[in-house]
Amino acid sequence: MGEGLLDQVAEAEAELLAAADRRLSRGDDVQAWFDAVIEADQKVEPRDWMPDDYRKGLIRQIAQHAHSEIIGMQPEGNWISRAPTLKRKAILLAKVQDEAGHGLYLYAAAETLGITRAELVDALIEGRQKYSSIFNYPTLTWADVGAIGWLVDGAAIVNQVPLCRCSYGPYARAMIRICKEESFHQRQGYEILHTLSHGTPEQKAMAQDSVDRWWYPSLAMFGPPDTQSTHSAKSMGWKIKRHSNDELRQRFVDMCVPQAEVLGLTLPDPELRWNDERGHHDFTEPDYAELMRVVAGDGPCNAERMAHRRRAHDEGAWVREAAAEFAKKAATRKGEENR
Amino acid sequence: MTLWEVFIRARRGLSHTHAGSVHADDAETALRNARDVYTRRQEGVSIWVVRASDIAASSPEEKDPFFAPAADKIYRYPTFYEVPEGAPHL
Ligand SMILES: [Fe+2]
Ligand SMILES: [Fe+2]
Repeated sequence: MGEGLLDQVAEAEAELLAAADRRLSRGDDVQAWFDAVIEADQKVEPRDWMPDDYRKGLIRQIAQHAHSEIIGMQPEGNWISRAPTLKRKAILLAKVQDEAGHGLYLYAAAETLGITRAELVDALIEGRQKYSSIFNYPTLTWADVGAIGWLVDGAAIVNQVPLCRCSYGPYARAMIRICKEESFHQRQGYEILHTLSHGTPEQKAMAQDSVDRWWYPSLAMFGPPDTQSTHSAKSMGWKIKRHSNDELRQRFVDMCVPQAEVLGLTLPDPELRWNDERGHHDFTEPDYAELMRVVAGDGPCNAERMAHRRRAHDEGAWVREAAAEFAKKAATRKGEENR
Repeated sequence: MTLWEVFIRARRGLSHTHAGSVHADDAETALRNARDVYTRRQEGVSIWVVRASDIAASSPEEKDPFFAPAADKIYRYPTFYEVPEGAPHL
């Protein structure tokens, strides 16, 4: 990725506009029309006919993405009350607030496919749908807030920028919006680590320790290696997914190496080196068995994250009830006035 | 007759944007009227009509206080952060 994030998002947006101008000849066959839309790089919209698997696959993917944004507030939220300065606290609050917003944009996009918000929330709370395994790791020090911004948001961005070109209109538009907002997330994390690594030896050690812990889980965010990836081929054909897991992982590694150098921190991989022949860095793959364990529920914080989410949902019940009651009363009052 | 606000998706891939309004007694007629008023030159591929009375809107008078919370949070923009020299792709 030679150019900056915002340039790439702008490019995706421009492509979307250009593709929208292409004229398609409309056949009678709904499948042929759907195929033609995908072929022309245009967007499928909510009321269009679409294959059942396309709809189901999208609901699964968008829901999992939305749940990740929502659960993703927890590890960083853990540090809001202990941020070292008021400035850092305001920034962290703004970031966590953005993640809540991202969750909402994505739930809204999923709802256009014919599933309700309540069903999605239930699926998360009952453990029927997943969220990204990265959020099952603990945030032990303040430096982790930096490492999450730099590495976790960084990896998320590498995953998300291609999704700005996804074939489903509401998802693509949500991703464009999200990516524009993400650009500050990565920078604030990078700034935290840069400050720490140029501070006292203890601060630098704290930054290094945090990068050591977050590096491999971040690499695992791109999912299993291509040889084991189950959903990929179909997703690529439908232009939901544009690049393979391994391609994106490589892109992320190549991006991080020079950034780590400027930070003055090392990435915890003795095999990490530039390969002239490939034009990429060679690196050690993350432990995929660990990834599978964490996805299956056996990570350091799975139980805690789910318990917290359930508690928040239950404790919010009275707010939902009060809001419904208030709306009912307001409606009756309005009805009486109009009489 | 009921007032309906009309939203049009100009092309596939774009979101619906407000185009104007029409009068009609029911949704179906409103859609037809909207088609006739706003898409005579293929300005749209999809139309939404919404009862104007069903739209809750912020009022112009409260513009300042209503949007004020966003005004002083410059740290929501990437330009707030200093990128150290030589750090690419940030
Ligand atoms: Fe996000
Ligand atoms: Fe983020």
